[in-house]
Amino acid sequence: MKFGIVTFPGSNCDDDAYVAVTEALGATGIRLWHKDHDLQGVDVVILPGGFSYGDYLRAGAIARFSPIMREVIAHAERGAPVLGICNGFQIACEAHLLPGALLRNASLQFVSDMVTLRVENATTRFTNRYDAGQLLRIPVAHGDGRFTIDAEGLSALEDRGQVVFRYVDSTGATTDAANPNASLDNIAGIVNARGNVLGMMPHPERAVDAALGSTDGLALFESMLAAVAA
Amino acid sequence: MTRFRVAVHIVPRKGILDPQGKAVADALHALGFPSVGDVRVGRHLVLDLEAADAAEADTRVRAMCDKLLANPVTEDYEIAGVTPA
Repeated sequence: MKFGIVTFPGSNCDDDAYVAVTEALGATGIRLWHKDHDLQGVDVVILPGGFSYGDYLRAGAIARFSPIMREVIAHAERGAPVLGICNGFQIACEAHLLPGALLRNASLQFVSDMVTLRVENATTRFTNRYDAGQLLRIPVAHGDGRFTIDAEGLSALEDRGQVVFRYVDSTGATTDAANPNASLDNIAGIVNARGNVLGMMPHPERAVDAALGSTDGLALFESMLAAVAA
Repeated sequence: MTRFRVAVHIVPRKGILDPQGKAVADALHALGFPSVGDVRVGRHLVLDLEAADAAEADTRVRAMCDKLLANPVTEDYEIAGVTPA
């Protein structure tokens, strides 16, 4: 199984994603440049974290028009999986692969911390190796992670089980204190209606080795392997 | 064709929490400007472009806002002025 990792100018988690996929997971990683027009037959596209185009204008707003995004959007429209992590989530929202938007953290501060997530939907192709309600320790590192969407969009997300991860405290409760950016309803990650595009602010690729403080992110990549094999 | 200078205001949509605006309002209150209510912090862009007339310049900049310059989910924009460059 081949994972394509897109590097935009300003991406800085592309290497982390590559190492997670190749070394922790043992799958094939293909590095893709944002000016490429060919996804090289990858099964999964990862839009990694970072500060593409320096976050100029809005985070992800310019990367969303990089040449490779035409192919990434076509890949998603075929129903193939796309994983957007952090800046990748912002790019996916700007590209309308996912609904909503990511705004400046309410604290106005960049937050770099280990957080606790609760798995809200364990039936997606990204989460089938987790249990519903399972708590995960995964790091965040972002300045613009406050997910927002209008009331109608929010109820659509809830009705279809598109909210995949929420920020919670160590007991699993969705509190304001556990929410690093004041995201709407503590939302940390969502899938599109079809279930093949996941966007999340936390970094599962930084939680795949005990030396990193957590291995809770590895099952997300294993879920994708299991989904493609199925 | 004439060159026009088009100014655009882009601000967080009403109802969306604007923490920068709130921080500025709090600072103004602390500095003795209690009459200040809501403050929104946005962006001001000035574009220089060629168009047949002012109306066309306005239309083209609106298309740019819809496609790239503003986020339709969270921001409103208004053309603040179209003047010959």
